[in-house]
Amino acid sequence: MAAKKPAERPNVSAEELKSHYRNMLLIRRFEEKAGQLYGMGLIGGFCHLYIGQEAVVVGLEAAAEEGDKRITSYRDHGHMLACGMDPKGVMAELTGREGGYSGGKGGSMHMFSKEKHFYGGHGIVAAQVPLGAGLAFADKYLGNDRVTFTYFGDGAANQGQVYEAYNMAELWDLPVVFVIENNQYAMGTSVARSTKSKSLFARGAAYAIEGEEVDGMDVMAVKAAGERAVAWCRSGKGPYILEIKTYRYRGHSMSDPAKYRTREEVQKMRDERDPIEQVRNMLLTGSHATEDDLKAIDKEIKEIVNDAAEYAKESPEPALEELWTDIYA
Amino acid sequence: MATEILMPALSPTMEEGTLAKWLVKEGDTVKAGDIMAEIETDKATMEFEAVDEGVMGQILVAEGSEGVKVNTPIAVLLAEGEEAGATPAPAAPSKPAEAPAPAAPASAPAKAAPAAVPQSPDWPKGTSMKSMTVREALREAMTEEMRRDETVYLMGEEVGEYQGAYKISQGLLDEFGPKRVVDTPITEHGFAGIAVGAAFGGLRPIVEFMTFNFAMQAMDHLINSAAKTLYMSGGQMGAPMVFRGPNGAAARVGAQHSQDYAAWYMQIPGLKVAMPWSAADAKGLMKTAIRDNNPVIFLENEIMYGKSFEVPDLEDFTIPFGKAKIEREGTDVTIVSFGIGMNYAMEAAEKLAADGISAEVINLRTLRPMDTETILASVRKTNRCVTVEEGWPQGSVGNYISSVIMQQAFDWLDAPVINLTGKDVPMPYAANLEKLALVTTDEVIEAVKSVTYR
Repeated sequence: MAAKKPAERPNVSAEELKSHYRNMLLIRRFEEKAGQLYGMGLIGGFCHLYIGQEAVVVGLEAAAEEGDKRITSYRDHGHMLACGMDPKGVMAELTGREGGYSGGKGGSMHMFSKEKHFYGGHGIVAAQVPLGAGLAFADKYLGNDRVTFTYFGDGAANQGQVYEAYNMAELWDLPVVFVIENNQYAMGTSVARSTKSKSLFARGAAYAIEGEEVDGMDVMAVKAAGERAVAWCRSGKGPYILEIKTYRYRGHSMSDPAKYRTREEVQKMRDERDPIEQVRNMLLTGSHATEDDLKAIDKEIKEIVNDAAEYAKESPEPALEELWTDIYA
Repeated sequence: MATEILMPALSPTMEEGTLAKWLVKEGDTVKAGDIMAEIETDKATMEFEAVDEGVMGQILVAEGSEGVKVNTPIAVLLAEGEEAGATPAPAAPSKPAEAPAPAAPASAPAKAAPAAVPQSPDWPKGTSMKSMTVREALREAMTEEMRRDETVYLMGEEVGEYQGAYKISQGLLDEFGPKRVVDTPITEHGFAGIAVGAAFGGLRPIVEFMTFNFAMQAMDHLINSAAKTLYMSGGQMGAPMVFRGPNGAAARVGAQHSQDYAAWYMQIPGLKVAMPWSAADAKGLMKTAIRDNNPVIFLENEIMYGKSFEVPDLEDFTIPFGKAKIEREGTDVTIVSFGIGMNYAMEAAEKLAADGISAEVINLRTLRPMDTETILASVRKTNRCVTVEEGWPQGSVGNYISSVIMQQAFDWLDAPVINLTGKDVPMPYAANLEKLALVTTDEVIEAVKSVTYR
């Protein structure tokens, strides 16, 4: 992968680095647990894990302000945890229980939190892109100075509606950050097998939208790019595109054996580029934290995830009457 | 050889227009391409060009004449050397005097209104009525709601500067400005998605599809994004919005522009579906649709836009969803229809009355929710039912109504329910075939006679 070298390393406090470490680790451990529960038959249907991509949402959430919105695809667990949604509610939705964010009626791919300004969780590839532009349209209309992070993958980047949304977002100067999480595989099809475009963010130029490529395995680089994008949008200049080069370690979904790439490719990425390991090394080599400090964080995260799993198992299934609720407002 | 110049049809559904202004006078020489007159349709003022060369011999329809039927001779063009006197005096000259007459019914019934609308569940007795077209009713409903609620905005192709492809939004840009009357590029999938997102974000969008045929490009957002989100979010967020535009066949626009989607949308939980017939329906249902907290599919009809009806002159007139209207009471048979199908149902009922058959005509007005109680009560009285719609037969709205009647009023039926629909073919272009493809008044009469064994 052609990741860019971070140009300049901004000064970062130990606290901030630890916070990124903690937030990324929460996603990883949560997803590992979700994979485990899936294997036990407690989670059904499609379940798309975010392992490997943690730096993307953690970096961008660090650039967001209260009230900013986010919307994404079906690979959404990481986004929800990163924006502060309760791991218990997310896990209980995965198990289809009453305590889940959608009361068990949405599942892994369809989860929402009005309180945390998380607008889903959308199962149709790229549908969230015009929806995200629409959230930004509402913010601009209401004059409330908020920005919407609209996440989609390299696969979605070939859908026509992405470009319809680009065109109108720029035409109307909508405050939306289009975040292409380029994890290099659209299910089993690599980017090279789906387009001859050398860069996905550069397609924005056809609609006069600024953008850049970002190393998605480097949380600080993601945060810095996020800050640039947010500042651009908040100043009224319209949309901005971030193509974040990342990598998913697991298959497309739980049922994907991932035969389209080699074990070596995945292992190399884990060994050399892992976003959590990078921060861990920075913390240790810079003497910002001791092994014991990090162990304490690991322990705390483990407890949170175990509690979430327990809650998700204990929470009852939705009452049968719930079949007929929430159809009309 | 003198040539008659005929009143032109300037749109697929134009039947008559106003000869606003002559730009040539008798004795003028005209060349092909010269602008001869300005003609107002119900949508716009259009320039009318000469096709032939010659000298204006006689103007048959004076400027300012309203309601001039398409194909009425409006002038006589003389070939070179011909004299005006040589013109064989056609029957046409009487037309100018006659021409304004067709426009009269539009305003005349105002006096007769209380008689024409005997009873309505929708407005109090003695309410004063005004005549307006379906187009005006829709516009008035949107205008009133946009004045009432700042979060309501209109979005679609040509809704603003062009004043609406079918002139429904005429004048809205002037009153509300470009922030609230948003012209979009031709990008249905995209702007439908943006509107749903805007609804998630706290606005109440009205999305105009130039026609519902184009909404198929946006279908995923109508169904997967708008209709299902409330459920999928456990009630946290939904899409309070209206998708509106002309639906069904217009006139001679062929297969891709002539489809009735009533049965499609009616199937989707999470959507509400309204399909007005009269101007009163259009106004009252549109206001209700805009205030509804759910996505509403609002199926209009181009042919009905220019038709005039009596509308109650009330400050805030709304029609509740899920309440059918008995437009005509009867005892022998129940005819259930909605939208333009009501034209055939009402016309058939009138003709059947002359044959001594008393038909009760139910105008459903909303298909989801559907007022099946009113249908069942009527069928229990008449014991027979015919449904009328323009959509296709397999999986039609009528099929659903039949199943409801069969399950809940089987013992009251004296004849099988007949579902009249459009024919099971893509819409043909040829005028004679198109007529054949659509449901007709004669078919309604025939079906009623069949179920009443006459």
